[in-house]
Amino acid sequence: MDIQERVIHTPEFTPGNALQIPIYRVLQQDGSVIPGALVPELDEAQALKIYRAMVFTRVLDERMLAAQRQGRLSFYLQSTGEEATTVGFAAALDDADMIMAQYREQGALAYRGFSVEEFMNQLFGNDQDYGKGRQMPIHYGSRELHYMTISSPLATQIPQAAGYAYGQKLAGQQRCTVTVFGEGAASEGDFHAALNMAAVLKVPVIFLCRNNGYAISTPSSEQFAADGIAPRAVGYGMQSIRVDGNDVLAVCKAMQEARKLAVEQNEPVLVEAMSYRLAAHSSSDDPSGYRNKAEEDKWRAKDPILRMKNWLLAQNWWDDTREKQLLEELRQQVLAAMKLAQQRPPARLEDLITDVYDEPPALLRQQLENLKAHIRKYPEAYPKSAGGIDHG
Amino acid sequence: MAEMNLLQAINNALDIAMASNDKVICFGEDVGVFGGVFRATSHLQEKYGRARCFNTPLVEQGIIGFANGLAAQGSVPVAEIQFADYIFPAFDQIVNEAAKFRYRSGNLFDVGGLTIRTPYGGGIAGGLYHSQSPEAYFAHTPGLKIVVPRNPHQAKGLLLAAIRDPNPVLFFEPKRIYRASVSEVPEEDYELPLGQAEVLKEGADITLLAWGAQMEPLEKAADLAEKEGISCEIIDLRSILPWDADTVAASVMKTGRLLISHEAPLTGGFAGEIAATIQERCFLYLESPISRVTGLDTPFPLVLEKEYLPDQLKIFEAIKHSVNF
Repeated sequence: MDIQERVIHTPEFTPGNALQIPIYRVLQQDGSVIPGALVPELDEAQALKIYRAMVFTRVLDERMLAAQRQGRLSFYLQSTGEEATTVGFAAALDDADMIMAQYREQGALAYRGFSVEEFMNQLFGNDQDYGKGRQMPIHYGSRELHYMTISSPLATQIPQAAGYAYGQKLAGQQRCTVTVFGEGAASEGDFHAALNMAAVLKVPVIFLCRNNGYAISTPSSEQFAADGIAPRAVGYGMQSIRVDGNDVLAVCKAMQEARKLAVEQNEPVLVEAMSYRLAAHSSSDDPSGYRNKAEEDKWRAKDPILRMKNWLLAQNWWDDTREKQLLEELRQQVLAAMKLAQQRPPARLEDLITDVYDEPPALLRQQLENLKAHIRKYPEAYPKSAGGIDHG
Repeated sequence: MAEMNLLQAINNALDIAMASNDKVICFGEDVGVFGGVFRATSHLQEKYGRARCFNTPLVEQGIIGFANGLAAQGSVPVAEIQFADYIFPAFDQIVNEAAKFRYRSGNLFDVGGLTIRTPYGGGIAGGLYHSQSPEAYFAHTPGLKIVVPRNPHQAKGLLLAAIRDPNPVLFFEPKRIYRASVSEVPEEDYELPLGQAEVLKEGADITLLAWGAQMEPLEKAADLAEKEGISCEIIDLRSILPWDADTVAASVMKTGRLLISHEAPLTGGFAGEIAATIQERCFLYLESPISRVTGLDTPFPLVLEKEYLPDQLKIFEAIKHSVNF
């Protein structure tokens, strides 16, 4: 696009708040559809699949935070309050579209069918973990489910998603890549790099920002001065929308439309989902040091799972008996899988050195041999590896 | 065979790589229709189209982030960073992302297709930001391969190997000799092995080790030393990571002396790693302390560039000092 050439003759500044982007909402908290609101096409089966993934995520988060508090797990990170966003966006995609997430998007994985056993194997870093016990808990990945392995450095996946999508376009696939990140991560330079490159190179990527009000202790008022993240996309020359992130129907519909733009027009799109991080940032954080309970309660009343449940009830697709059964079933599943995952052997010692390169270099093989000799000498000091040292 | 300078050899390698695999994609600042500020990507856009050879916005962290994504998708990106001095904005994408992609995912995903080309080194009046040799920063990063060619024949063979290697490779091009270094280069497709040093000349009294553009002053210093009756064994390391300790150690066990030279500053330079490893492996064979002839521990200066650089006279003096120790 060329710079416009309208000329003026007195200095006229465009105000920083010139672009105010509205919030697209479909559902009221009581489950009623706002009159006139555009509703996504969702049949009963898919609606129940979405709901199940949202409830599963909540149950998993509650149980695993407790497990971390009991010292069974080194770390955990909940997505409480954001389940409508993290499940709703995945429901709008083709299952073969690539997802490159930040770390609070376990709902998308659950929706795509990552099993409770797979979640647990990663959390405990046992010998069944795809990541071979190398990364901290919640750094999931699945090649089969087109879910890129999570890494801790914030925003690095955003330009990567643009590159991935460029490759999809070049290969002629009718697919897109969705990258998810928080409003804090959007302050990183990689966000700027990615949006500009995606717009200039016209790649089928959707930038989904979870604006949940906080980056650890930093409120969004200390993160940016403008009207959130959505207007920024316009500055890069791409389409942008803001949705109510606690409204699964709005998230789903906005993402369905964004996907059309990406896949059919090769247009990058930004979607900003407004929500609230109801839980602590992570198991290492205590939010009482930087925000009050009244604020949390205000958002607790907007619970996205409850909002969807109310809608399902209004559709006659759900009832309290099934709700009770579902909760019971999921809690048992999570508990049983946790016990099994905990009992499995840890990741193999050999896997300390595999996958650094496609093949371990000579120097690295030597380092492993030296380490093994050392462990054989002091096996009691290395309880995780000593037992399995000579048989993988 | 054809006579090519180092830039032409690189251009030829990119041409062959793109012709033999349609997943190979070249991009960076000004690499498109213009063909790069050094012309390394000349005519590639014309031949392979804008989709496979294109300009990016001016953003190094974006170029490498984008390249990481492309490589993860299964493409073979060859990203250019205009000067190695400007690779640092992409340090995070290289060190935290590219290098760790395969390891952290348990080999579910990798960016093995990635190659990053970048001109490095001084001697062109480039001052602080058109002269740096940042290889040692990256040598501290498991998961990367680092390659530096010394002439056109090597540049072509090593670059083709780097592009096809299933690991992310940093390919540092010695820009001082981009046009100065001319040699016979096979026109056909060939590769030279990564991770292997090359013994250029056998000798008995001292082993001289360098890489890239620094091979030239090293060979000149060896000529000066030979005139004084000192027999020098000359090794081009070629790969900084993983590096070929076996070839260097075998040479030092024979000569009993080692001199390492690089343009980058001394402290934390890659010569330190080599020196420590070789004294560990060759302790009983060493007849003098391992010598390092390098740039000073200063930013790279403009006017006193000649004084700063580890030229042949500085190397020659260090050879004599080592032999007479």
